[in-house]
Amino acid sequence: MTGKTLYDKLWDMHEVKRRDDGSSLIYIDRQILHEVTSPQAFEGLRLAHRQPWRIDANIATPDHNVPTSPDRKGGVGTIADEVSRLQVQTLDENCDHFGILEFKMNDVRQGIVHVVGPEQGATLPGMTVVCGDSHTSTHGAFGALAHGIGTSEVEHVLATQCLVAKKMKNMQVLVEGQLPVGVTAKDIVLAVIGKIGTAGGTGHALEFAGSAIRDLSMEGRMTLCNMAIEAGARVGMVAVDQKTIDYVKGRPFAPKAEDWEAAVAQWRGLVSDPDAQFDTVIELKAEDIKPQVTWGTSPEMVLPVDASVPDPALEADAVKRDSIERALKYMGLGANQAITSIKLDRVFIGSCTNSRIEDLREAAAVAKGRKVAATVKQALVVPGSGLVKAEAEAEGLDKIFIEAGFEWREPGCSMCLAMNPDKLENGEHCASTSNRNFEGRQGAGGRTHLVSPGMAAAAAVMGHFVDVRELLN
Amino acid sequence: MKPFTQHTGLVAPLDRANVDTDQIIPKQFLKSIKRSGFGQNLFDEWRYLDEGQPGQDCSNRPLNKDFILNQPRYQGASVLLARENFGCGSSREHAPWALEEYGFRTIIAPSFADIFFNNSFKNGLLPIILKEKEVDALFQQALATEGYQLTVDLASQTVTRPDGIQYPFEVDAFRKHCLLNGLDDIGLTLQDAQAIKAFEARHKQNSPWLFGAIKSS
Ligand code: SF4
Repeated sequence: MTGKTLYDKLWDMHEVKRRDDGSSLIYIDRQILHEVTSPQAFEGLRLAHRQPWRIDANIATPDHNVPTSPDRKGGVGTIADEVSRLQVQTLDENCDHFGILEFKMNDVRQGIVHVVGPEQGATLPGMTVVCGDSHTSTHGAFGALAHGIGTSEVEHVLATQCLVAKKMKNMQVLVEGQLPVGVTAKDIVLAVIGKIGTAGGTGHALEFAGSAIRDLSMEGRMTLCNMAIEAGARVGMVAVDQKTIDYVKGRPFAPKAEDWEAAVAQWRGLVSDPDAQFDTVIELKAEDIKPQVTWGTSPEMVLPVDASVPDPALEADAVKRDSIERALKYMGLGANQAITSIKLDRVFIGSCTNSRIEDLREAAAVAKGRKVAATVKQALVVPGSGLVKAEAEAEGLDKIFIEAGFEWREPGCSMCLAMNPDKLENGEHCASTSNRNFEGRQGAGGRTHLVSPGMAAAAAVMGHFVDVRELLN
Repeated sequence: MKPFTQHTGLVAPLDRANVDTDQIIPKQFLKSIKRSGFGQNLFDEWRYLDEGQPGQDCSNRPLNKDFILNQPRYQGASVLLARENFGCGSSREHAPWALEEYGFRTIIAPSFADIFFNNSFKNGLLPIILKEKEVDALFQQALATEGYQLTVDLASQTVTRPDGIQYPFEVDAFRKHCLLNGLDDIGLTLQDAQAIKAFEARHKQNSPWLFGAIKSS
């Protein structure tokens, strides 16, 4: 018998039952709730007179809608947008009503769901984790099976602790070698998406492996898995190793005492067997990866910083030519324009992709002793959680940013999506550490360029894109 | 979900073809965080003379007296008689929610839009397809007779007129099973509650740390 992949193992650990139609009931260990996709699920429960199956499997925090400006200290009632306020209030009410643990807006533990779960040890190796948000793939960095679900599935999990699912295929992304200094997990994942496209991982559970992945910190692995969904895969994973275990140890909801020993023993098995078969394998050499910048309106429209945007005239395929032309038009870029000539109006450092302490350190290392360029209207740094914010302040990172002319904000999704007051205006270019550069994602007519935190900070101080390595020494 | 077995109720004849989901529940109500409260805004643009807003108290709004559901003789109707392609347009599940909450249990029409048809079963609302001329006959009788009622029996798959004449209808066996037993997707999974509990007990033995760590104080 051939060996099992990590995904096979996680699946087998959680399959309750195979149904006649080929789908399975999968047991869910952890559900993370936020204000946007949960209200109708809770109401559905109430209308059907159902109770949550297991209260202690759930944890909640508001993130998408919360303002990130300091005046939010006035409380939920002060949120100006009516729909946002109502959604946050409704989450509070539902969690109070059902007794679900929630980190409310001004709790220091509040933050973006995908930052808070791991930070609290609410995400653990070997778990199945779901959340009504597609970037739930982030939690796969811990050797967990994690993916986003829709609102009716949120209700289904609340009521039954299970999800109806079909098993996916296995894909391995193998990155061997050593990353050049200044090149990060974000650049790896953007390069992967550039290589396989936004549909490349469709129908697959994606495992990142190889020496370059093992060298990454847990923060870096979360950044990788976060964007598996941009490669078309609902699930991204990294096998458990000593770094995983060290990260989890001592977190508030991590196992304690003898449970800890038993858990670690189990977790060490959460790796793909050496003889496991993957349906698809993609290989990249770490040494070849340069800092990446997206130039278009899909994450696969990405190039190394020293490249020039494509010339549609050179594209033979009519469909591709058309999409390049449309993207260039929307982005306000000319054919063959050097990436480094793109000027930025705003810079956003944050989101569930890059708002953890390591990301902020990386950006601060570039910002230190420099100033945001006068042509940049706004440069935001938005920590992923209240605890990340506190840790950064303890290290003095906030001062570095503020002195350089960045705004230092309260935690939340912020400018990652235009659901709260942080938005781009029509036509503005933004260097953003988030994960989606779709048309209008950061505000109607806004032009998003996805980059790593170091690249975003470098763009902020130069006013245009630049290879961050030129500013590091 | 309420089971549907047999239902006898007052008929409201809505004599229009291609009633779309925007007419059933206009788009301004989709911003809501709720899946209830839509009953008062069912057919909002036809029922009221002013423009409806989400979250508003509808009891004082000016009514369109000509609209069928506002006529005294159709108060309390629970069987909606409709024309072809009922429920076309968007996939919003708010449409069956609104119909169900208003008090309809079943809709009889010569044809339905696909997604609406599916969504109705999921929400305990039985869509029945009858032949064009049968629907015509029902429209004539309902309009001619005050207090006109029909009896729908899901088990025997029949619609019975007050004069005893019966029309048979088709229904998918799986959907029939779910409706008769009041099983939505969740109800269906909960039929496996024993298997889930047994799994959970084993899981807890293998990984006790996954249970009980998170508590709201
Ligand atoms: S930071 Fe952006 S991508 Fe992440 S959960 Fe929030 S809105 Fe979604």
